[in-house]
Amino acid sequence: MTERQVYPELTLRATAFSCGRGGMVLADALSFAVTGGNCLLLRGPNGTGKSTLLLTLAGIVAPMSGHFALEGADADDGPHLHYCGHRNAIKARLSVLENLQLWATLNGATGITPSEALETVGLGDLSMLDAGYLSAGQSRRLALARLLVSERPLWLLDEPTAALDTEGHALVTRLIDGHLQRGGLVIAATHDDITLPHPNRVQTLTLVRKS
Amino acid sequence: MKPFSTIIAHELRLALRGGGDMLTLVLFFVIVGAIVPFAVGPDKALLARIAPGIVWISAFLAMLLGLDRLFHADHEDGTLILLRQSELPLSAIVAAKVMAHWLVTALPLILASPVLAMLLAMDLETFLRTLMSLLLGTPALAAFGAIGAAVTVAIRRGGLIAPILIAPLSIPVLIFGVGTITATQSNAAMLFLAALSLMAVALAPFAAALAISSAED
Repeated sequence: MTERQVYPELTLRATAFSCGRGGMVLADALSFAVTGGNCLLLRGPNGTGKSTLLLTLAGIVAPMSGHFALEGADADDGPHLHYCGHRNAIKARLSVLENLQLWATLNGATGITPSEALETVGLGDLSMLDAGYLSAGQSRRLALARLLVSERPLWLLDEPTAALDTEGHALVTRLIDGHLQRGGLVIAATHDDITLPHPNRVQTLTLVRKS
Repeated sequence: MKPFSTIIAHELRLALRGGGDMLTLVLFFVIVGAIVPFAVGPDKALLARIAPGIVWISAFLAMLLGLDRLFHADHEDGTLILLRQSELPLSAIVAAKVMAHWLVTALPLILASPVLAMLLAMDLETFLRTLMSLLLGTPALAAFGAIGAAVTVAIRRGGLIAPILIAPLSIPVLIFGVGTITATQSNAAMLFLAALSLMAVALAPFAAALAISSAED
């Protein structure tokens, strides 16, 4: 991964933004701005709306009020974000490499090649294995490899370190740091400590439970 | 065009590796058709007359049975959410999936229809017309099915609700499908059937994509 700016200057700005599910407001009156090269960590107990916030930013769930925008992004370029949720979207009957190649084609093969991405996440030896045989942690690594095969400035990560071992935690830190170096934005919901080499690039947003 | 054909290839590969699903549908199609003569009784003339209807009902039921595989697995494993962030619009993705669905469910039925024709004592001319009507009509069934499957995608065991939802939609397909084989104005019926399929295939992806987008909300 080269350390240079590859994305245009981007800012994700949310103003007076509320999100929730099923008619229930979970996160209320949020205002934040994340600029390129910075990471926003979402923290808070279970059920405070971290995942919902990420789904809303991904455009899957409609915001309840307020709005958000990725400023500086050209709408003609297609989607600008990668969403990496709880479910890994892996087809058990396809090989590890086939799984990744599908997304490289669908999302645009603008990043590193699928084989290189598998090497990066530590699945290089398993590329021909049926993905159904992967362990939970390995499946997670395959899901993370998807972020690398297509360049997109905004990463929305929901518990990226779930099921990963210590080395996996280091891998997530490395991936996020590499993405920030290139001017990308990361918004991650996590319960684990993610310690990035540049603490000044990290903002934290703590969500609280509504009483 | 590459992502579009990639999705079709991907779906075909999944279906072929799945193995059993396709064969199950074909066997279901043949067995439903083969059971009817037992219920109707040993009347060859009657059987020959209702054979087109039997073939269409069997094909219809078999296609309903296959609906569940269209979006359900993709919803369960999170693929649908990611598909919405791909370069291709969701409606195009749905269109590709419907085409692949037709290839793995309807086409095997059509290929197996000679077996049913033989069991039902169809003459050659009727059989050729049946083949034609199935080729023209099953795309509409697949497209309507996609709408039903998309609307019920977020519902647990939605696979059972989708057939009930789309059965009324499919009535015109059955009318003109059987009409193509038996009616006196069979050419007109055939044109109607083709028009119905074209319309359904053109519009269903948009409706299904809309249903999928609102399903998560």
